[in-house]
Amino acid sequence: MIAEAGLAALWFAAALALAQLVLGAMATSDARAALRASIAPVAVVQALFVAISFFCLIAVFARSDMSVLLVAANSHSAKPMIYKISGTWGNHEGSMLMWVAILGVAGATIALFERKLRADTKVATLAAQGAIALGFYAFLLIASNPFARITGVIEGQGLNPLLQDPGLAFHPPTLYAGYVGMSAAFSFAVGALVTRNVGPEFARAMRPWILGAWIFLTIGITAGSYWAYYTLGWGGWWFWDPVENASLMPWLAATALIHSVTVLATRDGLRAWTIMLAVLAFSMSMVGTFLVRSGVLTSVHSFAVDPQRGLFILELLAVYIGGALTLFALRVGTVSEGTRFDPFSREAALVANNLLLTVILIVVLAGTLYPLALEGFTGAKISVGAPYFNSVAGPLALVLMLIMAMGPMLRWRSDRPGLLLRRVAPAVVVGAIALALLIALAGPIGILPLFGLTVAALVAVASVAPLWKRNLTRTPLFTYGMVIAHLGCAVSIAGMASEGAFTKENLVAVKVGETQPIGPFAVTFAGLRELPGPNYAALEGVLLVAKGTGKPFIMAPQLRQFRDPPMLTNHAAIRTFWNGQLYLTIGEKEIDGRWLLRMWWKPFVTLIWLGGAMIALGGALALLGRVRRDLFAGRRVGAPA
Amino acid sequence: MKRGLILWLPLALILMLFAVFWVGLHRQENHDIASQMVGKPLPLFTAPAALPGQPGAATADFRDGKPRLLNVFASWCVPCVAEVPVLMRLKAMGVEVVGIAVHDTAPALDQFLARNGNPYARIGSDDQSRIQLALGSSGVPETFVIDGQGRIVKQHIGVVGEGDVPELLAALGQKP
Repeated sequence: MIAEAGLAALWFAAALALAQLVLGAMATSDARAALRASIAPVAVVQALFVAISFFCLIAVFARSDMSVLLVAANSHSAKPMIYKISGTWGNHEGSMLMWVAILGVAGATIALFERKLRADTKVATLAAQGAIALGFYAFLLIASNPFARITGVIEGQGLNPLLQDPGLAFHPPTLYAGYVGMSAAFSFAVGALVTRNVGPEFARAMRPWILGAWIFLTIGITAGSYWAYYTLGWGGWWFWDPVENASLMPWLAATALIHSVTVLATRDGLRAWTIMLAVLAFSMSMVGTFLVRSGVLTSVHSFAVDPQRGLFILELLAVYIGGALTLFALRVGTVSEGTRFDPFSREAALVANNLLLTVILIVVLAGTLYPLALEGFTGAKISVGAPYFNSVAGPLALVLMLIMAMGPMLRWRSDRPGLLLRRVAPAVVVGAIALALLIALAGPIGILPLFGLTVAALVAVASVAPLWKRNLTRTPLFTYGMVIAHLGCAVSIAGMASEGAFTKENLVAVKVGETQPIGPFAVTFAGLRELPGPNYAALEGVLLVAKGTGKPFIMAPQLRQFRDPPMLTNHAAIRTFWNGQLYLTIGEKEIDGRWLLRMWWKPFVTLIWLGGAMIALGGALALLGRVRRDLFAGRRVGAPA
Repeated sequence: MKRGLILWLPLALILMLFAVFWVGLHRQENHDIASQMVGKPLPLFTAPAALPGQPGAATADFRDGKPRLLNVFASWCVPCVAEVPVLMRLKAMGVEVVGIAVHDTAPALDQFLARNGNPYARIGSDDQSRIQLALGSSGVPETFVIDGQGRIVKQHIGVVGEGDVPELLAALGQKP
């Protein structure tokens, strides 16, 4: 019954999305302005129905209703409740329903709370949202009905054990919130193009959505990286896997967009470019969804493979993105250039930042798709790995960091090189000292880590410079946001470079009682014990770890044998110290009775994710600052800020 | 005019991207991993007998001038059941089939052969998949054609069906 109710709600929501598209398109013209009042209620009720549908799906998963095909294929009655619920979006159909549910809520939020935008632009924006939602409803109802029934099944097939992890239960929702936020930015761009209203007020309306989406993407990528690090047991934190790249590409586009939309909002420049980036950011989110969900690329994350569904998503993408880019080509010529600026100005630095981000995006995109293209056209199978990405994207990212360090110290419109030089001097001195110390003390650590640490030191100093000699209590919140986010970049880069330069690895086969060194530690293999888990059996290695003459402590990596589905996973033991992490995994038993131990000492590796968290926090402060100022200004003057 | 053309560039690029995706979706799925060992001598191995009282398998057995089939299988492998009748037919035609049982136990193997028939002249036990890995085989069942000098001539991935018989016989140098 619940499943049928969910399906009915989904049909209602689809019908309302159609209404939102048609009414919105009609009401865009001033002649039918009377229709405009009807759009917001339609958007809100649509959100309500799709939310009901999504909660129905959660309910059938929570009750382990094995008469629903999706539950039988992806869940198991013996699973802990949290994984039953997260199993709702741990599969293709459920994740698509969640996607469109978040989209519906976003549309309702725009309908209810967006006041800055001209009425016709807002209506066109909501029509674009309706069009996107409609495509995904069609996809769900025609090609991937999540509520389909099945008879005769008593027990489910279980959820991939790698996905049974609290971090991962919330990883897809976070990324999806980010992707959907990008769809809002896309709808704003389409609305602005249709109504020829590209200007600062449009940029201010779009900005909170981009910031919000970008925060979610940042959290999603950071958390995903840490998840891969501690569950896969390979000791790596980024694998340049196609699915990781699929989440990185929209982030790069969104990062560029945040900066260009600031230029548009404050200086009324970069109009066409901002529209272009909004379309690009959404395209990259959709390409990401497509790559993950269609099975067109094989990766550690690959999900169900079904070319028919892939084709459906591809056609949707072609309509949306192709349509938006056609509109862009036809209309953007009529958008005037906006305010001009000097080649030596904050605007120019932001343009350089945008171009570099776009180039890095293209580098990642090319590396991700080259194997696919090559196989499609010649049949040869190759894989593009870390050496390409690191050596091409790495240096570009470091140049980007240097521009990021200077940007906030430049004045809008025009500045003088001499003045900039005086402002960046302290940061450059710190960077030079760091470089000299590293060359003198650290030995050969590789060119990229060396410059990484140097740039991190320089950027760390430069990023707090905007607070120099300012009244800290009167500095706006979004300036703090920028400072913290930029500082987070320096922290993260420092972590990556340190991990690359100073990691110690030791792969050994040990007997019980044997001691092996790793970094500053000595690890003794004390024995093995068997432990039952909720739905797995674990073999746990007991390792006594001592640093110098200090008191030894126990670390216990596990091999876990899951039952449904049967699968062996490696659960690392990780201990965090102020200056790094000790990472131990236990592997197979050798023929001679010894056990394989893999040990890493990773100095300052935690900075990578600390930096990511700081970047997200900076975004959150900026968003809070903007929203607060908008509300405050709106109430006091009764006019847009 | 020039600016007008540049504005269409993003659309052209994205359409090219979609063309790649479209090709990717329609390519033939082929996840077989061909062994790098084809054309090379059989790696050195000595597999203990998988069943008590019967011969095991070793590289030396393949150097007596008679071409043979080397079949990598397991009693726990469901598709392996399907190819037993075909292997039996090959055996009846005078082909010697040597089995490598991967991750298997004697009782399970006994049961498997009793239920489906025994096409094997000898079966070696490969407890740790070491022989399988050395052969460059990535799954069960896989069948290798070994010539009289102990060289791997051909690799067949997956179940051997009736339709594969002529090709295998040709590789063995036999007339069907």
